Amino acid sequence: MTHLSIAQKALGAEVAVRSAPYFPRKKKAITGRSIAVIVFLSICALFFCVPLYVVITTSFKTMEQIREGAMFALPNVWTLEAWDHAWNSACSGTRCEGLKVGFWNSVYILIPSLILSIGLSIITGYALALWNVKWAGPFLFVLFICAFVPFQIIMFPLISMTAAMKVYGSIWGVAIIHAILAMPVLTLIFRNYYKDIPQEIMSAAVMDSGSFWKIFFEIILPMSGNILIVVLILQITSIWNDYLIGVTFGGLGGQPMTVNLANLITISTGTVRYNDNMAAALLTAIPPLVIYFFVGKLFVQGITAGAIKG
Amino acid sequence: MPRVSFEHITKTYGTLTVLDDLNLAIDDGDFLVLLGPSGCGKTTLLNLLAGLLDVTDGRIMIGDRDVTDLDPKDRGLAMVFQSYALYPTKTVHGNLKFGLSASKLPREEIEKRIAWAAKLLQIEPLLNRKPGQLSGGQRQRVAIGRALVKNVGVFLFDEPLSNLDAKLRTEMRLEIKKLHDQLKSTVVYVTHDQIEAMTMATKIAVMNGGVIQQFGTPDEIYERPSNLFVAGFIGSPAMNLRKAKLSVAAGKIEAVFTSGVRLDVSDYPFAHPPLDGAEVIAGLRPEHFTLAATGPVAATFDVPVQYAERTGPDASAYFRFEDDLLALRVEPDAAARLNPGQSMAVSYIKGKANLFDARTGQRM
Ligand SMILES: Nc1ncnc2c1ncn2[C@@H]1O[C@H](COP(=O)(O)OP(=O)(O)OP(=O)(O)O)[C@@H](O)[C@H]1O
Ligand SMILES: [Mg+2]
Repeated sequence: MTHLSIAQKALGAEVAVRSAPYFPRKKKAITGRSIAVIVFLSICALFFCVPLYVVITTSFKTMEQIREGAMFALPNVWTLEAWDHAWNSACSGTRCEGLKVGFWNSVYILIPSLILSIGLSIITGYALALWNVKWAGPFLFVLFICAFVPFQIIMFPLISMTAAMKVYGSIWGVAIIHAILAMPVLTLIFRNYYKDIPQEIMSAAVMDSGSFWKIFFEIILPMSGNILIVVLILQITSIWNDYLIGVTFGGLGGQPMTVNLANLITISTGTVRYNDNMAAALLTAIPPLVIYFFVGKLFVQGITAGAIKG
Repeated sequence: MPRVSFEHITKTYGTLTVLDDLNLAIDDGDFLVLLGPSGCGKTTLLNLLAGLLDVTDGRIMIGDRDVTDLDPKDRGLAMVFQSYALYPTKTVHGNLKFGLSASKLPREEIEKRIAWAAKLLQIEPLLNRKPGQLSGGQRQRVAIGRALVKNVGVFLFDEPLSNLDAKLRTEMRLEIKKLHDQLKSTVVYVTHDQIEAMTMATKIAVMNGGVIQQFGTPDEIYERPSNLFVAGFIGSPAMNLRKAKLSVAAGKIEAVFTSGVRLDVSDYPFAHPPLDGAEVIAGLRPEHFTLAATGPVAATFDVPVQYAERTGPDASAYFRFEDDLLALRVEPDAAARLNPGQSMAVSYIKGKANLFDARTGQRM
């Protein structure tokens, strides 16, 4: 009985406290400053959203409707005709096979250059960070310099080198150039990441196994998930969005999707087929978007994770 | 099980000499503790033995093999690191197994050893967990397990208990000691905790500034420190070190303190015949004082109490003597009765004094 009444009292007291707070807080009024920020952000959003809206709607319109000129109108009839045309039969120059040629070229460029650049730089970074490598310091310095040499400066020597290797003007030429140009930065990224692995873990591994490759595959590689995701995303987007290397080293047979797109849009005869062009642009942008969509969260984790805990 | 010896070891980092012509040998089955203050080169010496660092000069022998230029994995050693250094992406089982990856053992043998070590260290229920899911003490056990499975003759420990809390530290200390008794292996153990050193070691090497100050059994190190550094480093509260002058008279040798108090050292085992008037430093252990002057007494001090403090089962009292404090170990209830400021007569037991040459710092 007494227990109950005490409990009730306590409950009552609590309710009373809740309903009449001792220190009521004033609601803050919206200040001029925050209005300015909101307006600025809205303008920015419009700046991106309006063109995107136009591109997307136009790609689903028929040419008849586009000729009417109402740019912001929704499609009268939604049709995938333009997408189909852009993918399968749009003409760039004399070939009329659409964007799919460029798409597959890009994929064939992407895969070997990813494997080559990440494979080589992860091993180099691992060796530089965790093993005693002679001249590691000067080597790192050279890498650092290399990472900041603009591509345009070494473009012509690279053309003659790839020509000598008989890969100039092919998919392989583009893939190899991508891999080589990415290696200094990737090596530095991996090396800095591995520097954070506690020294004692490495000492333990050296005493346990002593094998360079065994330690790499069994201990180090499983600890590299975060940084691999970061590097993968960086590489995929930069290779996919590249234009200059593709147009320089791809020749006619090895053009990546971006070059394909540019040709498709600029080299056109007769009336400009806006709906095809918009669909083609969207098609080219989709792959990196898909990557962001699926692994974007992991990417952020990877960037913020930093040091590896032992 | 092999003996381990360091012969004329020198180690330099660039221009910094960390170890200079160091010699040390331990026997088969010894538990050697390397003890010394921070930065004195203990880890360096251990890493040289493990092969994780290269010696600049000198030779390291394990058994009768010269291992100076061998790879770490070929030296027949296992090491337990201060930070445990478990492989974070492997399970406990995987960690133990990787410890055996250099040895080309058949699968059943590997599993047998893992099961044996897991049972011995009571980590069987943890075998499928990752290190991140273990407590500090459990990680410590796994790290020891990874060393045990190798079934080698020499184990190296680099401050393995310093990341544990006091209670766990005491437990693990006993367990490591028990393991050593059971396996009869040779152990080299680095610590700067003198309790660990005194309780676990069969031999202690006290190091300072890259030099071995004294090498001996725990009793020798404690009872007969060979120089002032060892005398001051071992023991808590530290040994009281006071300047004195020898007075050598017929049949009676005394150390006379500046204040005139005379300490009878007639029975002191001098290495060389003492000279009258020689400057010495007398080392008096806190536990060799008594408040009640019973039994043979070497000296009696009439000194005022400064303060007393209790450390669990023990108590220490501090008296003012010659502008400095004199530390004494006393019974806790005696300590409670002491009044600060009050003068008391305290006596030093006969035959327990240490004498050091004031110029060289060496034991006399
Ligand atoms: N890689 C290095 N380069 C230069 N000096 C070093 C290097 N490693 C250690 N030292 C120096 O060597 C000395 C001994 O270091 P060591 O790590 O052996 O000390 P320690 O006795 O293990 O100390 P602690 O008890 O703090 O672990 C120190 O003065 C340290 O500064
Ligand atoms: Mg150390």
